[in-house]
Amino acid sequence: MTTIAFVVQQTMIFSIPLLIVAMGGMYSERSGVINVGLDGGMIMGAFTGTVFLNQMQGHMSGQGLLLLALLVSGLTGFLFTIFHAFASINLKANQVISGTAMNMFAPAFAVFAGRLLFGTQQVPFRDTFYIREVPLLGDIPILGPLLFQKAYITTYVGFLIFFFAWFVIQKTSFGLRLRACGEHPGAADTVGIDVQHMRWAGTLISGFLSGIGGLAFVVPTSTESNATVYGYGFLALAVMIFGQWRSFKILGAAFFFGLMKTVASAYSAIPGIKSLPIPATVYKMIPYIATLIVLIFMSKRSQAPAAEGIPYEKTGR
Amino acid sequence: MSDQSDQSNNNFDKDGNKKPPQPGVSNNKVPEEELALTKSVGSKGLSSFFSSLMAILVGLVVGVIILMIANPSNAGQGLIAILRGGMTGSPTALGQSVATSIPIIMTGLSVAFAYKAGLFNIGASGQFMIGGVFAVYVAIKGTMIPDSILWLVCMLAAMVGGAIWGSVPGILKAYFKVNEVITSIMMNYIGMYTAKIIIERTIYDSRYARAQNVPLRAQIPTLGLNTRFPGTNLNISLLLCIVFCVIIFIISSRTVFGYELTAVGLNPDASRYAGINSKRTVIIAMMIAGAMSGLGAYMMYLGGTGVYMDTKEIVASQGFNGIPVALLAMNHPIGVFFTGLFIGHITIGGENLQLYGYSKEIIDMIIAVIIYCAAFSLILKQLLGRIIQGKFRINRQKPRGPAPQGPGRYMHPEETEVSS
Repeated sequence: MTTIAFVVQQTMIFSIPLLIVAMGGMYSERSGVINVGLDGGMIMGAFTGTVFLNQMQGHMSGQGLLLLALLVSGLTGFLFTIFHAFASINLKANQVISGTAMNMFAPAFAVFAGRLLFGTQQVPFRDTFYIREVPLLGDIPILGPLLFQKAYITTYVGFLIFFFAWFVIQKTSFGLRLRACGEHPGAADTVGIDVQHMRWAGTLISGFLSGIGGLAFVVPTSTESNATVYGYGFLALAVMIFGQWRSFKILGAAFFFGLMKTVASAYSAIPGIKSLPIPATVYKMIPYIATLIVLIFMSKRSQAPAAEGIPYEKTGR
Repeated sequence: MSDQSDQSNNNFDKDGNKKPPQPGVSNNKVPEEELALTKSVGSKGLSSFFSSLMAILVGLVVGVIILMIANPSNAGQGLIAILRGGMTGSPTALGQSVATSIPIIMTGLSVAFAYKAGLFNIGASGQFMIGGVFAVYVAIKGTMIPDSILWLVCMLAAMVGGAIWGSVPGILKAYFKVNEVITSIMMNYIGMYTAKIIIERTIYDSRYARAQNVPLRAQIPTLGLNTRFPGTNLNISLLLCIVFCVIIFIISSRTVFGYELTAVGLNPDASRYAGINSKRTVIIAMMIAGAMSGLGAYMMYLGGTGVYMDTKEIVASQGFNGIPVALLAMNHPIGVFFTGLFIGHITIGGENLQLYGYSKEIIDMIIAVIIYCAAFSLILKQLLGRIIQGKFRINRQKPRGPAPQGPGRYMHPEETEVSS
């Protein structure tokens, strides 16, 4: 039981940032804008979030501080993505190129600004956010150890974001309009939907969520941000494609990947696996190989938004 | 516009003569229009050059602003340091600048070539690392290979390694329609760990936690370049770079395969309809792209530059840095050579920036801004061209019939399944 609880707790640490960022990516792509700049958004969010933590930890601590920092991160990602949205939607730029530029800019900026503000690129913060046990909920027999012990509040924020994001895109008229712009912008336009507005909304939401995801990745795994999220933005992109641009499939993909990552990084703590005569590095490859294999089996029919990556021009019709 | 369409039609016929001709199919209207569009872009090399130049200028202006924010008093000297790059008068710095450029020219070539086939090769890093480890392995273990050909064998090993790694996303794309972006990302990590395992099990130097030294006899021939330019460790890899850029240019724009590649990149359905084996084309394109990345690693690790393959778990940055090189060159193989040199040049400029108390990451920010501007400078240029030609976006998608939903280059059109 303790092993299972351990695996679940570890999986959360890897899966939740992926889930948040992949959901962001889904908003952007289903509105018709490819956002490969998710990694950049995560780095920017992680940077400003930790700077906020670093500056404010003398005044406050605990979950309230972390929630505020998450908001700061989200806003940073939001602002950062304005550049991508402007280039992709208004200037009709190549979206992959623009996103690549975002990914190049963010780590360089984080190092530069970190040196300017603190003298080093590492921005340290005190981890006052670890939840040993959630009151009441932590005592539930099976669920308690799995979900409500040894956790970070980012886990619950992640689930909240997921359900909210799923609801908005699938159950509201805003979501329907957004999806229409990604599938058939011409048709959306004829029924009076402002395609450009919807695409701006989708892209900015993806920026907001990538910023939050950046801090949600750094806080549970480290006590400083170092101008990198170790390629998690790209992994989130992979999770989104793996999840076929659909909310619940993304949830499954994020947890599949997180589980594999847990097996890879914590295999020595899982009895049974430890005794196998396989070099440690092989385990680290597992998440990536497993994802490839799963993709081969299920990717025959992709459900990518039909109009993603294609700038919409009204004059063409 | 119309004569360009004719031109592409001619190409089509010429192509048809070499492949089994398919009467009537060559009149297929779908690729024509788009081919004509890219032809008009390709033939205007000069305006591409100017739009890249514009992007570079904007990047430098932003760079100056950043320098002013960080420390206004040294901003002038900082800008001079960036512009001078490796040309500080010392041959060592120039040699460094070239050595920095060579690997990213090759990975840039890799990205640019794959892009021809409509594939975004974000996996150049993995191909780079596997190519590197193959070459270094042969260099160290290939004691039975005569000295005179050892460097060539190592080069081939690097190409084979890169090609194997590139083939995986290609095969998965062709036969399973898996998006190449995601498979390439996965292959980067798998390549990183595979290289680590190979190094640790066979050619490990535990004192420095890296691969053993490459023996002198396996290093890339210098042809006396290092003595002619004292203070540098120049070798023939820059010449090799030029040769491969030209080869890739010839393959992509002067051969049937290159034509097929462009056709598959623009519209896989139409190209299949025209009798092109698009599966084979995609796989070979990715293998060639991978081989180029592998060559980049070969030139870096066997060039006697004092860089060794290590076992730190970091995905090689040279692969990612090839992306801006390719993009800035607008995926033109010859252009890649120059943009690679340029980026190498200002990267060394960034190293020199540190003398004035700036962090060298300012250069990365400048490059990012340049790429960002390059993303839409191409569009502005096309727009201008179209206005001049008096053809402003009329019935571009009409030939596709009732469902006007053109696939982006990012996606395979068969993948675009519309659903809720």
